[in-house]
Amino acid sequence: MKMKLIMAASLLAATSLATVPQPSVAQDNEVRVGFMAGFPGGRGIYGRDQRDGFLLALDQLGGKLGGLPTKIIIGDTQHKPDVGRQVMSKFLKKDKVHFVAGITWSNVLAAVYKQALKNKTFLISTNAGWSGMDGKHCNPYFFRSSWNNDATPEAMGKLFQAELDNVYLLSANYQAGKDMLTGFLRHYKGKIAGRTLYKLGNSDWAAELTKIRAAKPGAIFAFAPGGMGLSLLKQFNASGLNKTMKLYTVFAVDWMMLKAYGKAAIGNIHTSFWDADSNSPANVRFKRDYANKYKRPASMFAVQGYDAALLINLGIRGASGNLKDHDSIRAAMRTASIDSPRGGFIYNNNHSPIQNYYKREVVADADGNPKIVTRGTVFRGHKDAYHKLCKMQW
Amino acid sequence: MKLNRIKVWLLVTVSGLLLVTPPIALVLDEPFYLTVIGRIMIFAIAALSLDLILGFGGMISLGHAAYLGIGAYAVGILSFYGINNAWLQLPVAIFGSAIVAFIIGIICLRTSGIYFIMITLAMTQLLYFLGISLETYGGDDGLPIDRSIFFEAFDLGDETNLYYLIFAFLVIITLFSWRLINSRFGVVIRGAQENEMRMHAIGFSTFRYKLLAFTIAGSMCGLSGFLYANLNEFVTPEYMHWFRSGEIMIMVLVGGMGTLFGPLFGAAAYLLFEEIISGWTEHWMVIFGPLLVLLVLFAKKGLWGFLPDRDQNDA
Amino acid sequence: MTLFLEQLLNGMQFGVFLFLVSAGLTLVLGIMNVVNLAHGSLYMLGAYFAATFYAWTGSLWIAFFLMVPSSLLIGIIVEVVTLRRLYSRDHMDQVLVTFGLILFFNEGVKLIWGAEAQYMPIPESLSDPTQIFDIPYPTYRLVIIGVGLLVAAVLYILISRTKTGMLIRAGASNGPMIRALGVNIRLLYTIIFGMGAFLAGLAGLMAGPILSVESGMGEEMLILAFVVIVIGGIGSIRGALVASILVGVFDVVGRSYLPDLLLRVVPSDIAETAGPALASMLIYLLMILVLFFRPEGLFPAGGR
Repeated sequence: MKMKLIMAASLLAATSLATVPQPSVAQDNEVRVGFMAGFPGGRGIYGRDQRDGFLLALDQLGGKLGGLPTKIIIGDTQHKPDVGRQVMSKFLKKDKVHFVAGITWSNVLAAVYKQALKNKTFLISTNAGWSGMDGKHCNPYFFRSSWNNDATPEAMGKLFQAELDNVYLLSANYQAGKDMLTGFLRHYKGKIAGRTLYKLGNSDWAAELTKIRAAKPGAIFAFAPGGMGLSLLKQFNASGLNKTMKLYTVFAVDWMMLKAYGKAAIGNIHTSFWDADSNSPANVRFKRDYANKYKRPASMFAVQGYDAALLINLGIRGASGNLKDHDSIRAAMRTASIDSPRGGFIYNNNHSPIQNYYKREVVADADGNPKIVTRGTVFRGHKDAYHKLCKMQW
Repeated sequence: MKLNRIKVWLLVTVSGLLLVTPPIALVLDEPFYLTVIGRIMIFAIAALSLDLILGFGGMISLGHAAYLGIGAYAVGILSFYGINNAWLQLPVAIFGSAIVAFIIGIICLRTSGIYFIMITLAMTQLLYFLGISLETYGGDDGLPIDRSIFFEAFDLGDETNLYYLIFAFLVIITLFSWRLINSRFGVVIRGAQENEMRMHAIGFSTFRYKLLAFTIAGSMCGLSGFLYANLNEFVTPEYMHWFRSGEIMIMVLVGGMGTLFGPLFGAAAYLLFEEIISGWTEHWMVIFGPLLVLLVLFAKKGLWGFLPDRDQNDA
Repeated sequence: MTLFLEQLLNGMQFGVFLFLVSAGLTLVLGIMNVVNLAHGSLYMLGAYFAATFYAWTGSLWIAFFLMVPSSLLIGIIVEVVTLRRLYSRDHMDQVLVTFGLILFFNEGVKLIWGAEAQYMPIPESLSDPTQIFDIPYPTYRLVIIGVGLLVAAVLYILISRTKTGMLIRAGASNGPMIRALGVNIRLLYTIIFGMGAFLAGLAGLMAGPILSVESGMGEEMLILAFVVIVIGGIGSIRGALVASILVGVFDVVGRSYLPDLLLRVVPSDIAETAGPALASMLIYLLMILVLFFRPEGLFPAGGR
């Protein structure tokens, strides 16, 4: 009984604690950034890397963005759009942040963007590549440090057009999966041996691989993010198909996942905006500091988070620290020359990066472990396909 | 259902607080709390509807979030075609989810016990996959929508108006449930939970009554879906994920199963606690999971159940 | 034609794998009458253990022999600490407690192992495909079929031919009675739950080399296992086996042929979307169909 009372009391206490509004201590010379992403489960790895990249940049800047004392508030969207709304609402109305950064998934971005923009708060997507934001919903308050969903598969399509013929398309039966095929087919005009849209969360690929074998394609292009990519590659190798064709993927293989893939990743070819091999000082420093701080290799997602912090930093500097001067902040962000690990990039009219895309291949290193090497540049200064739908000009 | 003095006072206080929250939030410049409490009240409706079949009727449905989704999609799909008239959207949301609940009920209520739990779970997964594949309506990306319109003068775009709308529906649904539970129908439902055989013996077809209760609960949850779509200005299949059914069930338990007012307190405790604890650490689920286990093991009566059943001086 | 046969084989193989996942769960559900949503977590933990032991020793066999006691232990701990208190409670409590366990385990593995998926390869000796007639078939998948059928056989013998099995059957049909006869039903339940946990762990181990070993991997399998058990009849090993293969074949054949089939019947733009969507819902539709005609599943276990 005592136990019950204590528990009830603590629950009630927690309840009332939350309901009583705490006076927000808003200092004028402090910059507040809300960082939101999904953290639970296996999918939380993307949110973690974006956040850690962001915080690394903040470290390197001495804990200050634009020279101002900085407060970072982290919010967990739990991968759910409606929880994202709640987090955004807290950032805007309670924490009264000046910038919101983060967001892993397109559907969360689609759910929350209006709130931030209505409130005239800068929103920087560090991952979600929803095309809406690059096209008709583009906005003076929205920037991205990532990519448009279509761009990475577009690079793959171009690669195929130049090098291969007769492709089998394998993608997930949901919006992003279809965007991937749209992007791919924008530049690939060759023969298609077949296509399959698998169900989200698929883990057994026997049926698909059997179909692929029967269709006898020259190569496979697959969109299989996260765990789905891992199981696809493993089963692709076990099926023996790897002896007759190559598997090209987008968003399946990156540095942080390599250990889990092991040998199964070797031979995989993918495209990415990040040339992880690059010897540019910015890249070398980024990779070294990230590995030192977090004891694991950096990923493209970490690059995206990292650059978002640098972007905010330059924006505030451009306004000489005046957080109310949105026009100067925006002007500085538009023309920011970010010292990014990915190399230089500039912003298009829709605030989406004009950047390079690289062909990368997984090869065995001296010990037989997988490593990713860059095999050349597919796109130089690539503009996403939606920027013409964006009315914004500057 | 009789209420003692403490409970009456508590209810009056809480209703009063809910009523004056908007002006206070406005004065304090903390509009965030309108969203938070609005969300709590919406989930209170959903949890109350689940409590009707679960707490009173003994039907353990692990697929209740499906109707939250159906109600939301009723708003979403109509809004997609430019129909923002709430007088049309609301009936579609309520009757749409009633029809779906009716069909699901026909299939699921043929079973009982563990079968019932699992088949309701599978049903909601079915609808979840359906939602994902509705490409026209955004599929997995979801569907941004505009808020519904009841009257031109009553703009739901204003957070205060939306808040009062939600509050009004909460009151209506609670009163409706009160009447329902104390009606002959409610008596049969409760009787069927306690002793189904006896209810059969005295001539009640419990299947029909249960199906009706299941359908009513579904439509009530559909109403909360209507409100939730409006609050979020967004519709997504995620509303129907079975984890959310589990969350609604937790709210019922935390508040007190088989009580009329428990779900409101359960929804508040659950959502606020989640809000606070997720700010502490990325790994908050590690604390949250065991806490839930403890709650079920040792505090089954829920928050409302902790209140004394009768006045001290009654005895 | 060979293509169809190969897909049938794929379906059977997937079915046997589903049997591995659901066998333990159907025992716990049927005999102990306990809803255990955390079965998927036990499956996940089995995979994590196996991956860890594999990383330490480099041998799948040693990993297996270390995984067995670990899974048993986790199962017993879960039973003693939480579930034991729930036998007399209603299903609702069991649902919520095991739901809490899912949240705990999913995040717990991330705390211990990190958010990355775990590395677990197919053993070298099994990594090349085997030729069956003219089909190159992944050897490891044949091993899964073998292990699954072996488990089915062992469970069948254990339950129908041994004294423990007799007690298990008796406990399933009338718990209070065998308690009155002086059987330690508490111990019996602990043993059954441990066995369920071991079977879940074994499924996790077998899944490790071909699936992604990561937090949350259990939930998808859990739902499939539920579908299997409901179709097969709760508590019936035979039902679980038949239903697993039915579901496996339905799923695989459905998703390989339905989209193309639909393409011939309806306009292509509708078929493009509806085909895969319908295929992903097929097993649920199968379940609804079965339950409509047989609410207790195909093989209702006796006495309930």
